[in-house]
Amino acid sequence: MATAVETLAPPATQSGIWSWITTIDHKRIGALYAITGFIFFLVGGVEALLIRAQLAVPNGDVIDPELFNQLFGVHALTMIFLAVMPMGAGFFNYMIPLMIGARDVAFPRLNALSYWIFLGGALLLTSSFIFGGAPDAGWFAYAPLTSEQFSPGRNMDFYVLGILMLGVSSMAAALNFAVTIINMRAPGMSLLRMPVFVWMTLIISALLILALPPLTVALLQLLFDRHYETSFLSPGGGGDPLLWQHLFWVFGHPEVYILILPAMGIVSETLPVFSRKPLFGYSAIVFSGMAIAFLGWAVWSHHMYTTGLGPVQKSIFAGTTMTIGVPTGIKIFNWLATMYGGSIRFTTSMYFAVAFIALFTIGGISGVMHASPPIDTQQQDTYWIVAHIHYVLVGGALMGIFSGIYYWFPKMTGRFLGEGLGQVHFWLMFIGINLTFFPMHFLGTAGMPRRIYTYDSGMGWDFWNMVATIGALVIGVSLLVFIANFFRAMGQKPTAPNNPWDAATLEWATTSPPPEHDFDLIPIVRGRDPLWFDRDHGHAPAAAPDSAVHIHLPPPSYYPMMMAVGVLLLAVGPMTHLVLTAFGAVVIAYSVWGWALEPTD
Amino acid sequence: MLIVRRPVRRLLVALLPLLALAAAACSDPMTTTDPQSDFADTVHGVYQIVTILAAIVFVAVLALTLILAIVFHERPGRRAQQFHGNSKLEVVWTIIPVAIVTVIAIPTFRAIADTTDPAPDDAITIAVTGHQWWFEFEYEGTGLVTANEIHIPAGRATSFLLRSDDVIHSFWVPQLAGKVDLIPGHENELWFTPHENAARPEPYLGQCAEFCGLSHANMRFRVYVDTPQNFSAWIEAQQASRIAPANEATAAGETLFLSSSCVGCHTVKGTAAAGSIGPDLSHIGSRSTIASGIMDNDRESLIRWISNPDREKPGVVLMPAFESQMTQEQIASIADYLLSLQ
Repeated sequence: MATAVETLAPPATQSGIWSWITTIDHKRIGALYAITGFIFFLVGGVEALLIRAQLAVPNGDVIDPELFNQLFGVHALTMIFLAVMPMGAGFFNYMIPLMIGARDVAFPRLNALSYWIFLGGALLLTSSFIFGGAPDAGWFAYAPLTSEQFSPGRNMDFYVLGILMLGVSSMAAALNFAVTIINMRAPGMSLLRMPVFVWMTLIISALLILALPPLTVALLQLLFDRHYETSFLSPGGGGDPLLWQHLFWVFGHPEVYILILPAMGIVSETLPVFSRKPLFGYSAIVFSGMAIAFLGWAVWSHHMYTTGLGPVQKSIFAGTTMTIGVPTGIKIFNWLATMYGGSIRFTTSMYFAVAFIALFTIGGISGVMHASPPIDTQQQDTYWIVAHIHYVLVGGALMGIFSGIYYWFPKMTGRFLGEGLGQVHFWLMFIGINLTFFPMHFLGTAGMPRRIYTYDSGMGWDFWNMVATIGALVIGVSLLVFIANFFRAMGQKPTAPNNPWDAATLEWATTSPPPEHDFDLIPIVRGRDPLWFDRDHGHAPAAAPDSAVHIHLPPPSYYPMMMAVGVLLLAVGPMTHLVLTAFGAVVIAYSVWGWALEPTD
Repeated sequence: MLIVRRPVRRLLVALLPLLALAAAACSDPMTTTDPQSDFADTVHGVYQIVTILAAIVFVAVLALTLILAIVFHERPGRRAQQFHGNSKLEVVWTIIPVAIVTVIAIPTFRAIADTTDPAPDDAITIAVTGHQWWFEFEYEGTGLVTANEIHIPAGRATSFLLRSDDVIHSFWVPQLAGKVDLIPGHENELWFTPHENAARPEPYLGQCAEFCGLSHANMRFRVYVDTPQNFSAWIEAQQASRIAPANEATAAGETLFLSSSCVGCHTVKGTAAAGSIGPDLSHIGSRSTIASGIMDNDRESLIRWISNPDREKPGVVLMPAFESQMTQEQIASIADYLLSLQ
């Protein structure tokens, strides 16, 4: 071990906390992402409940305005960057290699690095509540409110640096998954035989790779404006606050699809399995996914209809935005046609998938409504928009994620989540979502602006605000039921067979949970629904190879975590002392060196 | 099976009264569905077309989902039919959303053109400047400057030039027009003509619609739509210079006001007070509210406000808490003086 003289010896343990810190197994990293994401989902939920408590009655004084203004922004940041994206990433990590018949992702250590940088960014952002105040200019952080002049505290620094870290993490993960999906598919899995979930992951990866750079540029401009006397965004020095809006939404709108496409991928897996028939219109669903992602680049200014765009710009962005309704409509019809003619098993996963179609449709319809700029001038920045995004992200993205959790739980743990508790969870959540978010359409129509910590009585807003708060509590209770279900299931013996749902994709060809090397033998793909094809055409699973055959897996590594610590130091520097940034750079340099020289066997 | 059907049906039945209640929202002071100007009419026209289409799609897709879930629920002897797709159907349900979107797009484009026409020549022009957290209004060509409350005539166009002194705000009076942002370094324009019959004694309520910092929720304003005669009278009254104190008490209040630091930030026309940081107070007594619409304009509110503005409207730090500099009697005297500035 010549190199070990200069670098650390590779970690030896296979269990305990160190095995998790040094793991580069995609399944363990997937579990880390999923659990971390779920914990932050609960944090974001508590933030939402505080907001709803404050707004339950007019002139509420549950929390003070400073905290309220922090909470609505951090609630959004938490749910978007720390909950929904990582829960999606949990599924990507765990499932993509299994679904394409691979033994790991293309760059296992980079995968671990993505997770640890994500965790660092998440902790940095959330720690702002302890260290002097969380970001208080909304998740959109419009300039010049975010400048040193109008936000002199450290609040917005946590935003800039936290999101920069999360961006690095997402960028690395997106590149990793794009390379994995393109290069590591099992023999026979042509692109148009890939499961839709894999397709959506590939599309999301492309979106992330292209969407993060404009955000990074905007964040660096803000960082430099705040700390190093530039004026990219302030009109006083020749800058323009609208520059921020363009850059932010060039990222921000594709980001919406980054959040919703995993859910679309998940229900495209669960709807056929529980309808016991193939997905209807596979190609249409895949290509409309691509169309949504492509058009997603040409709609950002629909967030800016009220900023004084000219009639030509308004018309063009209205046209492109409405056009997105077409591929979205195609998807919905194909999912419905997948149910048609089926013999549908209403498992909890299927309940969530069907509810996804219904609730996402509501969010889609309201989206097409304010795609129209004249209508948007009345709905922009009101509770109507709050209703819309929550139907898309809670009724859509989260329902999809829960469908995936109930579906893949036996594969990931070898155990089943209880169906009885699952249905209680589902119905409470379904009722809670509609009770919370449907009345917000009425509030928006009655003119209630978003992001106000207080309102007077007599505006016609009292009743529906109270209903929405009650609904939020119902959602909270439903999550407690889910958590109880989780722990009850984990307390049981693993009994799940390889393919309990009679599903068609490759992850169900291996054991539940899968061995560290995923597959004893790399499967061969003969059709679009490989396990059903083999079942119907009499292809028996290949015999397990001689157990003496060595399957090479890369060893665990300290360096991803070490490098993430370096990145965290790098980020903390501008807020505290640049010495920390320099120290972070040294840690990163050492990690790169050790990483490069680390033995791989 | 029953588990699917019963709660869903109950939920749908529960939704009907909700929709009825939503329709009643027309009487709410900031409703978007009771337009009182040409601009608001145009927007509402598109809104109605789109809402009807949206309701049809909503009912159709939800009904279809429910029907499929019920009809194709597993039961003994049922076998799922194995098919992969149907090109004709794909074409059909590509055309359906294209058709819907087209029907929405045409009135949208027309409305965009209508609402971005230049203002007519005889329009009254009001320059609006957004501040954290109040609106400043200057009637061009009259020298009339006021804050948080304006009067405009029914049946005649008013054009607003929208600017900001600090961060981005948004100007929104839902019954009169859709919102337009006030952006530092930019000037936006918005104009509309209130209906002839829109004149009424009660104000139309407006509120800043773009998050602008701590007291964003407290940045409200009022638009009074007057008959042309009342409007002319109002303009004339507001143009009047110094209002001489009517009695000894208000005279004492004026003296105190002019000798205090108030004058550094506020203007009272015809006096030495010529500050331009805070709202113009020349005719503050004629306004119905203070503190950008969050407090009634009466003696007691004025005393509370002058005593400690930050307590009433969080984040107001430019105006000091005078309770630490003056006695309550002095503050009351200033309040009396301000109320006399009709």
